[in-house]
Amino acid sequence: MSWLRVGLLACFGVLVLNLLPAWRTGLGPTRQPVPGAQLPRQFGQPVYAPAQNPPERRAFELGRQLFYDARLSADGTVSCGSCHQQARAFASPERLSQGVGGRPGLRNAPALQNLRWRRTFFADGGPKHLETLPLAPLTNPREMGTTLPAVLAKLNADSAYARQFAAVYGQRPISSYQLLRALAQFTAALTSASSRYDYHVRRAAGGRFTAPERRGQALFRAKCGSCHATELFTDGSFRNNGLNRRFGQDSGRVVVTFLPTDRGRFAVPSLRNVARTAPYMHDGRFGTLAQVLAHYDHGMVASPTLDPIFRGPNGRLGIPLTAAEQRALLAFLATLTDEAFCRAPEFAAPRPSPGGKVRAAVRQPGIAP
Amino acid sequence: MATQLPGAGRPAPRRGRRFGWPLLAVLVSWGLVAGCGKAPEPAATTGNLYLELEPTVGTAPLVLGPTLYPTGNGEQFTISTFKYYLSNVKLHRADGTHYAVPDSYFLVDAGQPASQHVALHGIPAGTYTGLSFVVGVDSARNVAGAQTGALDPVKGMFWDWNSGYIFVRLEGTAAASATGRYKYAIMGFQRPYNTLRTIAPAFGGATVAVSPEHEPEVHMEVDVQKMFVGPTPMRFATVYDSEGGPTSVQIANNYAAGMFTVEHIHPN
Repeated sequence: MSWLRVGLLACFGVLVLNLLPAWRTGLGPTRQPVPGAQLPRQFGQPVYAPAQNPPERRAFELGRQLFYDARLSADGTVSCGSCHQQARAFASPERLSQGVGGRPGLRNAPALQNLRWRRTFFADGGPKHLETLPLAPLTNPREMGTTLPAVLAKLNADSAYARQFAAVYGQRPISSYQLLRALAQFTAALTSASSRYDYHVRRAAGGRFTAPERRGQALFRAKCGSCHATELFTDGSFRNNGLNRRFGQDSGRVVVTFLPTDRGRFAVPSLRNVARTAPYMHDGRFGTLAQVLAHYDHGMVASPTLDPIFRGPNGRLGIPLTAAEQRALLAFLATLTDEAFCRAPEFAAPRPSPGGKVRAAVRQPGIAP
Repeated sequence: MATQLPGAGRPAPRRGRRFGWPLLAVLVSWGLVAGCGKAPEPAATTGNLYLELEPTVGTAPLVLGPTLYPTGNGEQFTISTFKYYLSNVKLHRADGTHYAVPDSYFLVDAGQPASQHVALHGIPAGTYTGLSFVVGVDSARNVAGAQTGALDPVKGMFWDWNSGYIFVRLEGTAAASATGRYKYAIMGFQRPYNTLRTIAPAFGGATVAVSPEHEPEVHMEVDVQKMFVGPTPMRFATVYDSEGGPTSVQIANNYAAGMFTVEHIHPN
């Protein structure tokens, strides 16, 4: 009897013991919870509750395949994941994201995270439901440049997709309803709540803040927290933060509401994973967080809809921040990075790529298409 | 050891959910029993009612294509597309009560003659003195996520980047337009530019009797010219594109003021 064998047996025993509670609560070793099915309490009630599209493993995997499948775009070059890159909290490192045919987009692709808790999407708040949101990038000529009937025709022509959709939703052919519900299974699952900041709040191991981080947190609450509020780090409002005088290039929320008071107003973004989501602002004009802080300190320009919160008593615009304060804020903002979220294999592009995998499977003898 | 999933945070105890189903079942059965005990309703007889929606431009029948029509404001135009949503149909009775046709969403398309024949099934037998419906899709369904049937976005009536349904779509050519073309996509369900309008075309004293024996048909005329005349006259010289906002509200007010009229009723 070797020590190796004893060790292996012991390991097996520990494994079984660890799994037992899971079995008893109905999860079992083969029924791992679907990613994103469990909601962190600190975000409050979700807008898009799991009951509206109950997380299910096969539907989630289908949504994930679709998210990373460039074949959905007009020329087969752009997927959702082209611009929404996991390592960057599903934001884009490009200032303006490139669409089909290399066409430049008009805005910087934002992070995709904690979408269940959002009432509106995009910098202007145009889309109002997570399920119908993908219709915009799919059909925008500067993004995926296709049409809904074209996407459905492609999916229905692919025997592997037809089989997978039928396995989840039953009815054939693949409908827009099935496509949008499957995509929402993936996008709604992108919950990010495991940053060092979260460990700090829970007083968990690894969550101890350094002195600059603590100073930064206090400064953040005092100087940034009114807009970047709640545990989602946004109050969900639209504000003009002094980027332009006229907003001729992109007038923001006014294109959605037709209200002149909304000119130059853009969605206050969540700051979770902000150290990963450069460049910043709706047009990606700032490459670094230091530039962002410099803008708030001394870079703002006045316009009729500039948020009153930025107008100081003596006519000064912005939020005064000393160099030391900016360093502390940067230290705190870095604690909002959720490394596990940016690396989680279940959110990564499926390997091998969906196309390759399904085609290989179809070619195998004995497997009916 | 099971890996901690990102975002798992504090896993909700699953055990609590196990009590959910039996409890729900008990509540539902109790509700059924209580409901049955209260008011045993007689098995209601139902019938069908049909709406025939005939598109016109003034007194002329609407034909898609090169036919030139007058707007009534001194301009001329052709029509390549005319589609609209008709929803939330209600049938009114003389005593002030009404029957709301459940889940009634119809896309009427001048290019699809069959769509102009709207069938309302399962209508409680009785005599109805009026009809009302929404031109467009109620605000709740605009923000209810993926939809099927008439509301399937594949129908081309969903506006994606400022999400919501296009309630009325009228497109074609007009010499007075700076582009030679015009596109009216009437939409928007939020104040102050809400374009949802409820229409109640008068029956003019007539009644509709629905029963298993009779399948009456309400024949309506839908006069596109009414989009241009009314409270705010529309001219292509100034408005050749409308995609929600103030001009869409003006056009909606115009068509609410008389685009739909009941021409006659077949008792059948």
